[in-house]
Amino acid sequence: MTSTSGAALLVALLLIPLVGAIVVAFLRDNDKLAKQVALGVSLVEFVVAVISWISYDPSGARLQQAFSIDWIPAFGVHLAFGIDGIALVMIAVIALLVPIVIGAGWADKLPAERSAGGFWSLILLTQAITIGVFAATDVFLFYVLFEVMLIPMYFLIGSYGGARRQYAAVKFFLYSFLGGLIMLASAIGAYSLAAEELGSGSFDWATLVRVVSNAPLENQIWIFLGFFLAFAVKAPLVPLHTWLPDAAAEAPIGVAVIMIAVLDKVGTFGFLRYLLPMTPDASVELAPLVLVMGVAGVLYGALLATGQRDMKRFIAYVSIAHFGFMSIGIFAFSAQSEVGAVSYMLNHSISTGMLILVIGMVIARGGSSLIADYGGLAKITPALAGVFFVAGLASLSLPGTNSFISEFLVLIGSYGREPVYTILATVGMILAALYVLWLYQRVFHGPVRGNALVDVAGGPGTAIAPEVGARKAILDLSGREKLVLAPLLVLVVGIGIYPKPVLDVITPTVDATLSSVGISDGGN
Amino acid sequence: MSALSSVILLAQDADKETLPPVNYPAILPVLIILGAACVGVLLEAFLPKHQRWSAQVFLTLLSLVGAGIALAFYLTDAPATGEVTLSGTVSVDRPALFLWGTLLALSLGAVLMIADRSVEPGGAFVATAAIRPGTVQDREQRLGAHPNRRDAARFGMQTEVFPLTLFALGGMMVFCSANDLLTMFIALEVLSLPLYLMCGLARRRRLLSQESAVKYFLLGAFASAFFLYGLALLYGYAGSVKLEAIANAAAGSDRADTLLFGGMALLIVGLLFKGSVGPFHAWTPDVYQGAPTPITAFMAACTKVAAFGGIMRVLSVGLESTQWEWRGILWGVAIVSMIIGAVLGLTQTDIKRMIAYSSIAHAGFLLIGAIVLKPEGVSSTLFYLLAYGFTTVAAFGVISLVRDADGEATHLSQWAGLAKRSPLVAAVFTFLLLALAGIPLTSGFIGKFVVFQAALADGMAPLVVVALVASAIAAFFYLRVIVLMYFSEPAPDGPSVTVPGAFTTAAITLGVVITLLLGIVPAFALDWAGGGTFAIQ
Repeated sequence: MTSTSGAALLVALLLIPLVGAIVVAFLRDNDKLAKQVALGVSLVEFVVAVISWISYDPSGARLQQAFSIDWIPAFGVHLAFGIDGIALVMIAVIALLVPIVIGAGWADKLPAERSAGGFWSLILLTQAITIGVFAATDVFLFYVLFEVMLIPMYFLIGSYGGARRQYAAVKFFLYSFLGGLIMLASAIGAYSLAAEELGSGSFDWATLVRVVSNAPLENQIWIFLGFFLAFAVKAPLVPLHTWLPDAAAEAPIGVAVIMIAVLDKVGTFGFLRYLLPMTPDASVELAPLVLVMGVAGVLYGALLATGQRDMKRFIAYVSIAHFGFMSIGIFAFSAQSEVGAVSYMLNHSISTGMLILVIGMVIARGGSSLIADYGGLAKITPALAGVFFVAGLASLSLPGTNSFISEFLVLIGSYGREPVYTILATVGMILAALYVLWLYQRVFHGPVRGNALVDVAGGPGTAIAPEVGARKAILDLSGREKLVLAPLLVLVVGIGIYPKPVLDVITPTVDATLSSVGISDGGN
Repeated sequence: MSALSSVILLAQDADKETLPPVNYPAILPVLIILGAACVGVLLEAFLPKHQRWSAQVFLTLLSLVGAGIALAFYLTDAPATGEVTLSGTVSVDRPALFLWGTLLALSLGAVLMIADRSVEPGGAFVATAAIRPGTVQDREQRLGAHPNRRDAARFGMQTEVFPLTLFALGGMMVFCSANDLLTMFIALEVLSLPLYLMCGLARRRRLLSQESAVKYFLLGAFASAFFLYGLALLYGYAGSVKLEAIANAAAGSDRADTLLFGGMALLIVGLLFKGSVGPFHAWTPDVYQGAPTPITAFMAACTKVAAFGGIMRVLSVGLESTQWEWRGILWGVAIVSMIIGAVLGLTQTDIKRMIAYSSIAHAGFLLIGAIVLKPEGVSSTLFYLLAYGFTTVAAFGVISLVRDADGEATHLSQWAGLAKRSPLVAAVFTFLLLALAGIPLTSGFIGKFVVFQAALADGMAPLVVVALVASAIAAFFYLRVIVLMYFSEPAPDGPSVTVPGAFTTAAITLGVVITLLLGIVPAFALDWAGGGTFAIQ
């Protein structure tokens, strides 16, 4: 058992939400108390995450705050955790988003006979497992958590989701489960390689990286494909994306935030943590495959986002486009594109998380997620419109917002090595402006119209104009909603103007990842 | 050849003069079980009816615990390479000891369920097997089970079930330690005949139950005939029924291969039938559905363990040198079994039949481990059997709890919205289904992992890929039940969940706890399963 002084922080990060989930699960009869406890736990977790961020030394060891305990000695499996810059960023994001999601869902009505305790318990459980996925440094442990992560998510969608929730939950589960199983085969393959090479097998991440990265290309390709399939399902790359629109459309808003903003990042995180270091030769060999899928995602996601009639499905397709960008950045193998992709993972979480929350607030007011049911909402709820607009701009990567710096780095870094793919992806940026602004225009501008607003105003037959009626029935952002959105707003603008603290944390890890692929272009 | 047979003849001559030594400590667990079974029969004959249930339950549990203790004592100083005893007919090696331990522990769970009289008032078994279905007496024995009628002496269960269970268990234990084919055949019959009987003893739905017994008996008789025919051919080939002698004969001789291959094929078919491996699975769904649920649990868990114990021993001791002849065929059989189990499982509407098809898919996974003729193959299959057995026993335990006025509610539509009525039962069953699907942190996942790992290391990557796809397909029908229980609205006149008595609670708890423990801290069981290989003596 090895341990460093910072290990206690990581243990706390893993255990606080887990214990919180168990406690909240027992508060089934008292919804209010359950919410309060969940919020408290998630705030404590956030504070610990901040401390963990501060005590992380960007120029220090590759894996920090690490610890390891024997789990299954017969197979060299350890309960081993540790964080690098990329994992730290993702852990910080989920620690930030969970209290925000709890705040945003404070007043939500759950389906009949479902308890708030169950819901928030599952959210905290998801948080604990997800942090474990990002922090695991044992491939077996990573696989275990990767699959276990599905179960709370499955129940969150299936129990608390919309009308077609059963279909969406099963589809989500089966896609990820099959991907995970094939990853398991690759993990066992890597283990067998290590067993041949070293005499005794091991699932330790560093050991497997050393052994597999020196294996012949043919072996690497098989291992690459298994892991890639699982990650490409998670970070939905076209054509393995079809579960996401269904899952996003049926999931409750808070669950959609966690799923799109954090869980799906496990895919791109896996590219960086597992594929590039473990199978560098195969990654270079098969990079065109990923780049094609990435560009397809950017264009296909953008086109379908433009054509969506449902706001939640819209978000899913926007995210598919963004995941395409990240994949291009990762598999272009330049320092800039790589840093861009990692910061994109963070910024996408912030800006898309915010956009989903704001869309959730619109839906909470109108009771419908169809775009056509709204119109002219800005006249009634100017503050909501303003925040929506900022979130939209962040999503289309306007300069001055956080996403701009990431997208810019991805494109400029990729251009030198992969000009054709980069130019194609740039078209996606233009489409992004189209779909975001058009959505904003349809929902918020023009005269007050749409079934949702007319209905709350008293129905189509009433004498008063919908504008007047809706103004009575629909309120602008409440204090709680403002409080929930404020930190995200600050981050969107803050990182947009001064991204250095984030880039400083991720750059050394990205450099280490790149050097394991054998590419160091000096960051030019 | 002639030298070998003269050695055998000499050995037989020597036997006449001095009795062969018997290693009693080694076979004590089997002796305890079979002895208790004989005592149980006597109890049936001499005790008055109202005392039989308590006496039989006491005797059965005592013998299981006693056999377990005897096994533990022997384990402390058992030779690591194993030893043969009873003139070389029984081989007590590490895998055999592991299988014995597994069988005893699983039987404990099954016997607890068999003994339960509170879930189905009076017990899940008919009062007197001779009562014809549909007659006045039949209606009476069913009504007699009503909780308000306290004449359990008249309408209690047929308590012969307990000695029958012990006989079957004794047969299973001998079956997976038999070192020659004749002993194996006798053990096969000893384990099968009581099972045929017990399948027909359900208190409710008696026609279905009797039909399943007849089906099982007829098909089982065919399978026994196959086994016996194969045995005869192999004897003709090798001049001996000993596994080791067959191995030696096959390892380099110019004898007629027809006898060897024919015998091998028939023998393996007989074994695969018992393990309900597709395409020899046809009896499984009907019998699982018709048999009383505690017996289904016993059969599903213990028969599988014994059958695969036998399959592994025959393959790795007797037929190892001919593995290139049978391996390709068993690859195909494993694939067929996994696909049949996974795909036909999707179409089932009865929960017991669904679990039956699941067991066929699992048999395919087990067969993958069984044809890896390396220490890892043996240990991974042993672990899988242990894990699968406990999950299955507990799953059938839960199934026996969900009931309506006509007994168990096994139609899937009746399970809709169960989580709203009984969250605990639904949660437990969900956990067990996830274990069957092989989700991490359950024993099912570790089992699949070790088997796939062994198979990949032995160069069976394509088979593993098929197994992964089959796992994903099978996951769908497990998920469907979870969807039904949690995400569907309950039917207004749906079944209720019976509050289980102490016995069934204990059985389910045992299964769930072991499923969880083997999923989280499998190291102990893995070490035990990897303790040694089959003795070749």
